Amino acid sequence: MPRIPLWRLAHARSGDKGDTANIGLIALRPEYYPILVREVTASRVKAHFEGLCLGEVERFEVSNLGALNFLLHQSLDGGGTLSLRADAQGKTYSSALLRMEIEVPDEQLPKDSLSS
Amino acid sequence: MIRIANGQGFWGDSLEAPLEQIRRGPIDYLTLDYLAEITMSILQKQRTRNPRAGYARDFVDMMERGLPDLVRGNVKVVANAGGVNPEACRDAVAEAARRSGVKGRLAIGVVAGDDILGRLDEMLDAGIELNNMDTGEPLKKIRSQVQSANVYFGGASIAEALARGAQFVITGRSTDTGLALGPMIHEFRWTADDWDHLAAGTIAGHTVECGAQCTGGNCQVDWDQIPNMADIGYPIIEAEADGTFIITKHSGTGGRITVASIKEQLLYEMGDPRRYITPDCIADFTTIRLEQEGPDRVRFSGIRGLPATTMYKVSVSYAAGFKAVGTLVYAWPDAYKKARAADRILRERLGRLGLRFERVQSYFLGVNACHGPLAGEPSPDIAEVALRVAVASNEEAPVERFTKELAPLALNGPPTVTGLGSGRPKVEEMVAYWPALIPKSAATPRVSIAEVSL
Repeated sequence: MPRIPLWRLAHARSGDKGDTANIGLIALRPEYYPILVREVTASRVKAHFEGLCLGEVERFEVSNLGALNFLLHQSLDGGGTLSLRADAQGKTYSSALLRMEIEVPDEQLPKDSLSS
Repeated sequence: MIRIANGQGFWGDSLEAPLEQIRRGPIDYLTLDYLAEITMSILQKQRTRNPRAGYARDFVDMMERGLPDLVRGNVKVVANAGGVNPEACRDAVAEAARRSGVKGRLAIGVVAGDDILGRLDEMLDAGIELNNMDTGEPLKKIRSQVQSANVYFGGASIAEALARGAQFVITGRSTDTGLALGPMIHEFRWTADDWDHLAAGTIAGHTVECGAQCTGGNCQVDWDQIPNMADIGYPIIEAEADGTFIITKHSGTGGRITVASIKEQLLYEMGDPRRYITPDCIADFTTIRLEQEGPDRVRFSGIRGLPATTMYKVSVSYAAGFKAVGTLVYAWPDAYKKARAADRILRERLGRLGLRFERVQSYFLGVNACHGPLAGEPSPDIAEVALRVAVASNEEAPVERFTKELAPLALNGPPTVTGLGSGRPKVEEMVAYWPALIPKSAATPRVSIAEVSL
């Protein structure tokens, strides 16, 4: 099955609450949302952020917005004001998630997609 | 329908945005969010040095510049600019109004009572535990380091100030969402148990609370096609009494409002989308229906809410040690290799000095500072790499010494290094946050109205 990067299917925004980062992942088209629900599980996100997220990952479905919300606990080196990280508030975690590659059946590929 | 504009997403946002919101089209309310968690402890320190300080000075300057247009347009202003001293902020605004040349009478409302720093021990004695709501630890662990303690009040007390005739409402710590919800409660006579409408007003407030972050700022979809970002329009809520509303901006301004730009902001700083908890209600983000009603106009409907909880959230800030961050830039060839070598040398020197830090972190700007291991290996031919080293300690002395160990690398380390133009790094005091809950009966918003003759 072809693997494509998530940024072909979704956009995202991330922010912080204490030492937890949140990432909202939004399908670019309604038909991509079921693919996100199927492929972008909490455990896959946890594995993707290995070394950055030290705690649990929670996932919430927001189907009315065609979106998933992820909470990445213990991901900001103690949180905004304590963190020594360059991105202390996890603002760029949104595009870090979009680096993830997922498997998509041929018939569901974006029309402009070049499968690899 | 009432038009509620946001002109400030945080303290540090555009100084011109509030004035543009007043001048480029009709609005009924201007809301301004100045407070972040870090802000409260800074303001508390300012008030300790000067009992007339401790509020957002930018707000006073804005009011002085904007007052003639505010009065002419009959625009009401709601701002959490009061910080830890809302009465002093009100007095400064009154003085600024006298300087502005505007004539007549002004009614300035203040919502106070959120500052519980002086009541912490009394509360602890009364059995209000103030345990950390994330970790469960007791407040006594950090009691001696506490710098500020404030309750988050919601939109209801802002509505009360408006109902008592305030044209301008200055609050201490209030929720960001309450700044927009307050005018809706007042104008539409929503009751305190009208959960669906309160949730709608809360979600409207959440959408605009970060200013231009819903009008094209930070938007990932076709970001390089979004027009005229230099003149980006800040958001305006066109609110209806039935809880539906449209997010738009003044015509002729830059940026773009689409369902995509709105969805990104809706999910920003989101926890459980079914339970967005505020003092006024619990808003359910999974009930929102969005529709692109026209260019730069997105319509919200269908919003449902749940009853508010019996607790207020409290934010306690406390001193948490010291940190410093320093940067050195290495140029081609072998830029990344040189930067890594410099990092090893620096750490070895810190070790030889016997300096101990709770944490030391090194990042390579241009390589992995944002995405860490996900960024992969850089090209061996990379043009330049910045080494960024940060240290943290409970003691000031080792951090102070660290700031003096970076500069020598300009002469006694790997070659082709620069970037020390701004001198040694500064030692910063770290402030940490302690979120807690208290029963609503333990704190009451204090609303007052001052009449000012000009």
